[in-house]
Amino acid sequence: MFPFTYHRPTDLPTVHALLGGNDEAKLLAGGQTLIATLKQRLASPSDLIDLAAIPGLAGMSREGDTLVIGAMTRHADVAASPLVREALPALAALAELIGDPAVRNRGTLGGSIANNDPSADYPAACLALDATIVTDKREIPAGDFFRDLFETALEPAEVILKVIFPLGGQGAYEKFPNPASRYAMAGAFVWRGMGKVRVAITGTGQGGVFRWSEAEAALMTDFDPSALDGLWLDGDAMISDIHGTGAYRAHLAGVMTRRAVSRILALG
Amino acid sequence: MQTITLTVNGADVTATIDVRTLLVQLLRDTLNLTGTHVGCDTSQCGACTVLLDGVGVKACAVLAVQADGLEVTTVEGIGGPEHLHVMQEAFREHHGLQCGFCTPGMIMAGLDMVRRHGPVMDETTVRTELEGNICRCTGYHNIVLAIMAGARAMAAVPAAAE
Repeated sequence: MFPFTYHRPTDLPTVHALLGGNDEAKLLAGGQTLIATLKQRLASPSDLIDLAAIPGLAGMSREGDTLVIGAMTRHADVAASPLVREALPALAALAELIGDPAVRNRGTLGGSIANNDPSADYPAACLALDATIVTDKREIPAGDFFRDLFETALEPAEVILKVIFPLGGQGAYEKFPNPASRYAMAGAFVWRGMGKVRVAITGTGQGGVFRWSEAEAALMTDFDPSALDGLWLDGDAMISDIHGTGAYRAHLAGVMTRRAVSRILALG
Repeated sequence: MQTITLTVNGADVTATIDVRTLLVQLLRDTLNLTGTHVGCDTSQCGACTVLLDGVGVKACAVLAVQADGLEVTTVEGIGGPEHLHVMQEAFREHHGLQCGFCTPGMIMAGLDMVRRHGPVMDETTVRTELEGNICRCTGYHNIVLAIMAGARAMAAVPAAAE
């Protein structure tokens, strides 16, 4: 690792003071991506601001017809939460598929979406469920939040506080994990409700998570896997690396989408 | 350099360290607790699994400064040759190892499983839960048996109760 200064502030004003005017400072949440990145010397922040001691950033609650999850809530807690399992079972199931148990014990929702890794799972849920990302400055619809590879709408000194997931409708997430890293080679979060269908694809897009509008249109007409017959993503536009070609990922994303649709149909 | 104070295996520890020090480096290099192993150093193999405030974490993916004020339990802290923890005893009894390199992480991961799933786990649960712990001898069969037996022993649940 390159040298950095470590801080563990106990309130948000101190976080702002530390971030203010320092573009080289980075926030540390669960650290399950960031620490690996530091070890590989792929990042060299001047300051690491640990959010672990900020009160009120972790927790889950039902507020009206929404589910609110704090930014520092661990994946394991989302996966095991009776509240999430009842209100938004697809999200609890998704959290259960992230990394491995030890990673889920540390990794957080806020860390995952702030990083916007193209193979992360939560961005797909945020997009398909039309979540709202609440920061200390504003509320950002998920559709405007995920900009590009590892790029979000967050400003340098902006801190995610919580994510609001609207309830209602039915959703399912299907993922084909890389056998070593457990990151999604392709993941599809499908949601339907109120006459709408949303399909969010992760793990494959060169610009990170995206909505597959052609699949959404086909499923709006007929919500059945057969509605997707002959419909596939363009492999040339997908990530191609040592783990798989773009064509392979495009195919996988299509298969995951079909499986997610079947899973929703099986819910009845 | 930063001075941190934490509890390691029940004992108060104060150390002045470079903030870049990983928790696993603090345990092994500063405290000489070499039971916690470094297999991959990329948080995939799980050989460095320890309990942080009772929760299973990969000590190569946590900075030592993040553990400031917290409680760390390593494989040395749960039992030794004279008084094996029942989970350790289950690994001995079922020969849940071949070369033994991954064993400390397997045992600590087993304890974290019991914390979350309770003492009676089926084979599928244990195998799924082991996705973050790699055994390069491919000795999973006995590891799974050992964790299932160790878990039951922790609650003194007879095997017949399954």
